[in-house]
Amino acid sequence: MVEFSLPPKSRVKPGKTWPAPAGAKNVKTFRIYRYDPDTGGNPTLDTFHIDLDDCGPMVLDALIKIKNEIDPTLTFRRSCREGICGSCAMNIDTDNTLACLKPIEEVKGDVEIYPLPHMAVVKDLVPDLTHIYAQYEMIEPWMKTDTPTPTSGERLQSPEEREKLDGLWECVLCFCCSTSCPSYWWNADRYLGPAILLQAARWVFDSRDEATEERLDMLDDPFRMYRCHTIMNCTTTCPKGLNPGKAIADLKIAMFERTG
Amino acid sequence: MSSAKGNTMRSALGVARGRGSAKTGAADHWFAERIGGIALVPLALWFIFGAVIGNQGVDHATFQAWMGQPLNATLMILFILAAFHHGALGAIVVQEDYIHAPAVKHVTVLLTKLFAIAGALFGTVCVLTLAFGG
Repeated sequence: MVEFSLPPKSRVKPGKTWPAPAGAKNVKTFRIYRYDPDTGGNPTLDTFHIDLDDCGPMVLDALIKIKNEIDPTLTFRRSCREGICGSCAMNIDTDNTLACLKPIEEVKGDVEIYPLPHMAVVKDLVPDLTHIYAQYEMIEPWMKTDTPTPTSGERLQSPEEREKLDGLWECVLCFCCSTSCPSYWWNADRYLGPAILLQAARWVFDSRDEATEERLDMLDDPFRMYRCHTIMNCTTTCPKGLNPGKAIADLKIAMFERTG
Repeated sequence: MSSAKGNTMRSALGVARGRGSAKTGAADHWFAERIGGIALVPLALWFIFGAVIGNQGVDHATFQAWMGQPLNATLMILFILAAFHHGALGAIVVQEDYIHAPAVKHVTVLLTKLFAIAGALFGTVCVLTLAFGG
């Protein structure tokens, strides 16, 4: 059944507090979810006071500063720090977003940071993405063709056909959308969720791909795609400004159109 | 449901694929929900303003004569069928969302379908009985 409260061992308790550096004038408070599987125990919410006059503008800058200067055990994923790799997805100020694209000044009051919701936590802000990566693998996100590669070496598509991929190819697989989706929270075992469905759409609507039938067959299931109830949290939260809700709607229409 | 894998030693891909796609016409269920919802907009408005408010305070004979008109009887039956069909489809989706014990879910979904069929049939028989002078 639906879980309305966290299991006892997952409930967040108060954690350590780190004081502001002496002489800091522009102090912002960060409350960050901590969980260490090696020590066991419940997760905690640690409090850090950061001097914004000595810190970069984004939430990721503050996290890196904390890791470098205050607590090196703070664990989070990051790589490109410019919204392209999708690694630093987390829940900041109640929204799923990329820490590298979230300006600290946009947060009114304290900055609360949690891992992506409703995922098993590996450590601190690192969620276990094993299952969602397996779901991505399941949709076979590569071009499938029977026609041999043209001698020119390129499979051509018209500008109009190429345009159909706009809004799909830009996804960086950060999974902010899937982990904001209540349907995915309750039924992740069978529902693919908005991120994976957007990726499925990216291949279904690629004019060069020849496996459309097989791809739609794979989605023709009450759970894999039709758990989407157009709640639209996915579209609201996408840090890249994409619209997974529309991608899923387009898939549903494509699925229906082939029935008659 | 965060890690769907649980304690199994099956591969992550095997878990994700599960038992595969049902291929049981989920698109039809989805489309029927939309069509039923759209149909119920005019039908429900007609039911509230035409059938209920329009007949407020009338005696049994007058209402019977009203229901005896083919258009009214047809609209009333359409409303009953659409309402039970749409209601059952919606209720089934909610149960599929929230009930994760398969045995319980299959029983409640079946009961929902039976209730919808029985309710729609009873409503239809009532309309016909009234329309034909019962």
